[in-house]
Amino acid sequence: MKKNRYSIFSLARNAVSYHRDWRAAWRSPDPAASYDVIVVGGGGHGLATAYYLAAEHKVGRIAVLEKGWIGGGNTGRNTTIVRSNYLWDESAHLYEKSLQLWEGLSQELNFNVMFSQRGVMNLGHSLQDMRDIYRRSNANRLNGIDSEILNPAQIKAMVPAMNVSANARYPVLGASFQARGGVARHDAVAWGFARAADEHGVDIIQNCEVTGICKENGVVTGVETNRGMIQASKVAVVAAGHSSVLGDMAGLRMPIESHPLQALVSEPLKPVLDTVVMSNAVHGYVSQSDKGELVIGAGIDAYIGYGQRGSFSIIEGNVAAIVELFPIFSRVRMLRQWGGIVDVCPDACPIISKTSLKGLYFNCGWGTGGFKATPGSGWVFAHTVAHDEPHALNAAFNMERFTTGALIDEHGAAGVAH
Amino acid sequence: MLQIECPWCGPRDQDEFQCGGEAHIVRPAAPEALSDAEWADYLFNRANTKGAHAEQWCHSGGCRRWFNVVRDTVSYKILSVYHVGDSPPQENP
Repeated sequence: MKKNRYSIFSLARNAVSYHRDWRAAWRSPDPAASYDVIVVGGGGHGLATAYYLAAEHKVGRIAVLEKGWIGGGNTGRNTTIVRSNYLWDESAHLYEKSLQLWEGLSQELNFNVMFSQRGVMNLGHSLQDMRDIYRRSNANRLNGIDSEILNPAQIKAMVPAMNVSANARYPVLGASFQARGGVARHDAVAWGFARAADEHGVDIIQNCEVTGICKENGVVTGVETNRGMIQASKVAVVAAGHSSVLGDMAGLRMPIESHPLQALVSEPLKPVLDTVVMSNAVHGYVSQSDKGELVIGAGIDAYIGYGQRGSFSIIEGNVAAIVELFPIFSRVRMLRQWGGIVDVCPDACPIISKTSLKGLYFNCGWGTGGFKATPGSGWVFAHTVAHDEPHALNAAFNMERFTTGALIDEHGAAGVAH
Repeated sequence: MLQIECPWCGPRDQDEFQCGGEAHIVRPAAPEALSDAEWADYLFNRANTKGAHAEQWCHSGGCRRWFNVVRDTVSYKILSVYHVGDSPPQENP
């Protein structure tokens, strides 16, 4: 099916025609009257779900409905960090599956997602931080996930720009380091999955907003959209910040609250930081993009917000933390700042689950850390939708856990900085 | 940034306040009589409204008293402020 394969040869061939003959990376079809599976939400997770449904589970007719445009939501708004160093077994296995998919993703999609395993450093600033880091690091290693502990001298050697002095307001006492973690180009992930899904026959329909979920006798029959009713025997909702809105349409109450999460980037600089530095305690995380911009992530606002913007005080506190850690960044000028809407679960873990309605599936609740899970999330969700049963990797991430009490409490371990 | 009208102190900067989440969630009178699903609904499920949302705020950097606010969660505009225990005021005429 790879009619439009990217390679050094296709680049040379198209150079001859001055790059005027590249084909669109995906089609823009009108919606058909019915599909086998409709994926609601054309973000990374939704597109990955559609891709794996088509490529691995050979589901026939699939549509992805996106109310905006591909790459315009949280997929293009995150700080692009990829890691799998989660404390609890359930999350560690899920995120590690995702990391393994990341490692082969550019080849699989024939699209350079610029996955760069430059390592992810999680700093500790207090004795308790360090105890937690040792515990998490040991848990990771027991789960076969790479993790090292660094002391301040080792950190300084890797990141000379960081202030590791004992006189710092929050002195750096050590860090965990996952060398296989890193960053990826987030737009490329959306585009790569969209293009690969399209090649497998998935209809990607942009500017198509779902306004209702149709059901009969407890069975889903399709969705209402601004482009008319579309029938489907299975509807898979991957709507991030709008999950509760979609839940309302189906008559489901969700254990989710949507908060604004902000990020900012600086003007491009010469290389100064070649790894990812995260600190839960002072709440900042920073990496440097291939263009040279410092990419800085802040925290969520405590209030519910669907407005894709947050409070200035959050940015203020975040930048203060970054400048404390990296004094030489104090005169760097910031270029852009933006917000996205993140769907936060009480236990900071996602819901990848069947629902009480037959044929309706939800993949949501990724909160502030969904980007790293993009391929793994799509992979397990595709399995769940295709087989009407969760995969072993996502069985624990069901919606019933809030009733049974079997929560996966990552809040303390990983819930703050992503 | 929001400017929030504390019922006791008047209009103040958002930084003086803390948001306490959805308002009017009443603890069930007899939790032991509830099913697991009903208890989970009280504990975890939230309206998460897109639009006018009633929520609790505390003037933690001021008089330290709690009150309720109806706020539009898309525009973030504060529509009304009222005392804990009162019902949200009807739409302004």
